[in-house]
Amino acid sequence: MREALHAEWAKLRTLASTSWLLLSTAFLTVGVSAAAVAASSYQPFGYQDTPKLSLTGIDAGQAVLSILAVLVMSNEYSTGMIRTTFTAMPRRLVVLAAKATLLTGAAVAGGIVAVGGCLLAGRLILPSKGFTVAHGYPLLSLAHGATLRAAGGSVLYLVLISLFSLGVTTAIRDSATAIGVVLGLLYLFPLLAQVVTDPAWHRHLEQIGPMTAGLAIQATTELHNLPISPWAGLGVLALWAGAALATGGILLRLRDA
Amino acid sequence: MTTGIIAHRSEAVGHDGFAQLLRAEWTKFRTVRGWMIALGAAALVVVLLSFVSASGNRPLFCPTGPSSCTSRHPAVPTGPGGEPVTDSFMFVHQPLVGNGAVTVRLSSLSGAATSGGPVGPVLAPWAKAGIIVERHTSQGAAYAAVMATGAHGVRMQYDYTHDAPGLPGAVAVSSPRWLRLTRIGDIITGYDSPDGSHWSDIGTAQLRGLPSAVQVGLFVASPAYFPSGSNNGNPSMATASFDEISVQGDLPTNSWTGEAIGANAFYPLLSTASSWHRLSRNAVTITGSGDIAPRVGGSIFNGDTGGSIVVGAIPGLIVLIVVATLFITSEYRRGLIRITLSASPRRGRVLAAKAIVVGSVAFAAGLVGTALAEVVVHHVLITNGNYLLPVSGPTEARVIVGTALLLAIAAVLGLALGVAFRRSAAAVVTGIVLLVLPFILVYTLPAGDSNWLMRLTPTAAFAVQGTQPSSPLVENAYTVANGYYPLEPWAGLAVLCGYAAIALGAATWLLRRRDV
Repeated sequence: MREALHAEWAKLRTLASTSWLLLSTAFLTVGVSAAAVAASSYQPFGYQDTPKLSLTGIDAGQAVLSILAVLVMSNEYSTGMIRTTFTAMPRRLVVLAAKATLLTGAAVAGGIVAVGGCLLAGRLILPSKGFTVAHGYPLLSLAHGATLRAAGGSVLYLVLISLFSLGVTTAIRDSATAIGVVLGLLYLFPLLAQVVTDPAWHRHLEQIGPMTAGLAIQATTELHNLPISPWAGLGVLALWAGAALATGGILLRLRDA
Repeated sequence: MTTGIIAHRSEAVGHDGFAQLLRAEWTKFRTVRGWMIALGAAALVVVLLSFVSASGNRPLFCPTGPSSCTSRHPAVPTGPGGEPVTDSFMFVHQPLVGNGAVTVRLSSLSGAATSGGPVGPVLAPWAKAGIIVERHTSQGAAYAAVMATGAHGVRMQYDYTHDAPGLPGAVAVSSPRWLRLTRIGDIITGYDSPDGSHWSDIGTAQLRGLPSAVQVGLFVASPAYFPSGSNNGNPSMATASFDEISVQGDLPTNSWTGEAIGANAFYPLLSTASSWHRLSRNAVTITGSGDIAPRVGGSIFNGDTGGSIVVGAIPGLIVLIVVATLFITSEYRRGLIRITLSASPRRGRVLAAKAIVVGSVAFAAGLVGTALAEVVVHHVLITNGNYLLPVSGPTEARVIVGTALLLAIAAVLGLALGVAFRRSAAAVVTGIVLLVLPFILVYTLPAGDSNWLMRLTPTAAFAVQGTQPSSPLVENAYTVANGYYPLEPWAGLAVLCGYAAIALGAATWLLRRRDV
């Protein structure tokens, strides 16, 4: 396993796209969050979930991070290097595990920067939009338990999304198709949930969708109104990631290359 | 003996025209079995997901609860102009023969909303209380009314779509509203006054063919109430106190009858709240719920938001973007691009030919998929008891052709991004993020702040699918979630065209500048 990790790390760090994909994830996440926060305004009725509003950018950043996850696997297939890899390391599941481990590390690093940037943007911009202490909105800070959970959970969310993408790519082996399937599955459930009017359907779609369930971790207020509790939502996403990795792993072992 | 060989010029000389280029690109596309299957899959996915989305649509308000409309809903009345209307209110009336007039003073108008509405009394902005003259008491009758409203002052309205303003300001004991309606033949005139002595003419209605005997009286209606910024509405009721009631004219019965018109209507109203009390010979208090207005769309009014086609189109969009991007990036990956550009050195024409091929196949797939999806969605929605607002033929054609155009232009955008990036993953993600992500954000961000997303991003093109009617006389959550788009249909498509044009321009420039 150590040799596999070493080899995969060499591949990951020497690939030019890795660093700018991680940077783009952070930039896009912070940018979309800042735009969402800047476009918001204080409403006297109801209580806005400001940490969740500041973390809106994760919806966009997850797409770029999943490119990284898809490329980590599909680049080998498109260049034909997969044959070299499997010749050198015949234990294929070890290769997959090594890729997954390194991807987790990259996602944690990128995620911490992205989430930190989002919260900073929220802390700086929200007071000027009317979300002041006088109106009952304290400054965003990680000392607040629910905000810490939302932030840490968002980093975990990004990790699980990248693992999900890795599993799907291992099964599909083509980068464009894999990214289409990943983004399709992620974006389809929230759209479907919003359009159906039957409340039972609405609730169930939000409970089983990878993105809708996973993002439940970002909620800091009105937790009883959520279709699924925060950690259970991350659990649903973990199930999706696990199923994708399992499918990819099985196909990896059974197929030629 | 001659050994001359006569060469026969039997082969035609090859041409280098644009038609040959198109043929070459089409051949490249159709010989990849996976892409042809993907086209079929795109159409199939549009139909399938539209079906799934439509199956989850149930009307939110039916006379005795959401389940009472599973296969048939109560009839929706149509007004004199043939348009679907809402005609439910509390009517305290008596017949009037020939010409006459009704005068009344309205001293208070208050209201309440239920089931999830804010705590405390609320008055719907278009709550109505006043005098009405109706042809008969069936729903959809021609009428003229002068009324005080919750937040729009005194209005004169007739035949559901006509409206004229009168005195502004709310009704209170300190500022009552005097209302008068006079009927002379077909002509009905409305007057208002702040003090009962200085009257001003608000407007005149001509109800053609009005019979001699009509129903005249006082009414109260309170439409669905939307707390500000909320997507959901609640049924509401309003209570009005009328006094100084005086009626002139030939009154055969000379006694008031209270009746809740349209009590079992397909509308979020509180029919149990309809009542009236006679306080003295010419003073009454009336409580009513409902509305007298044109019918608009949205989940609260008929369970259909027109969103099923949107949700169906998006996965088709993703598949077509993937295919269009692969169309160019696979050439880069396999090195075929060098042969292509050697055979056709004029690179702009190569890109144009590819764009035409990929746009045409995406249009065809989109057309078939959307047309089938519309049929399926229509059938499923009706079976589930939703009321479908009548959509004219041209509008229906606009939805189908517009969606197919949207898919075609999105495919061309994907092609241009593929040329720019030369790597399929980045191009596909950029295309999907530009076209699908704004929709997700629109649903998660608060309603008013996200309008700029639906104006400036390529998702504005989804406005071609908007069919829900709107009216300034009806308060509604006119949001994307309910099928209302900030831009006009073709304006939205033009925004997408702009993005595609910029991307194609950049792609052509890059293709010409780069080596390969």
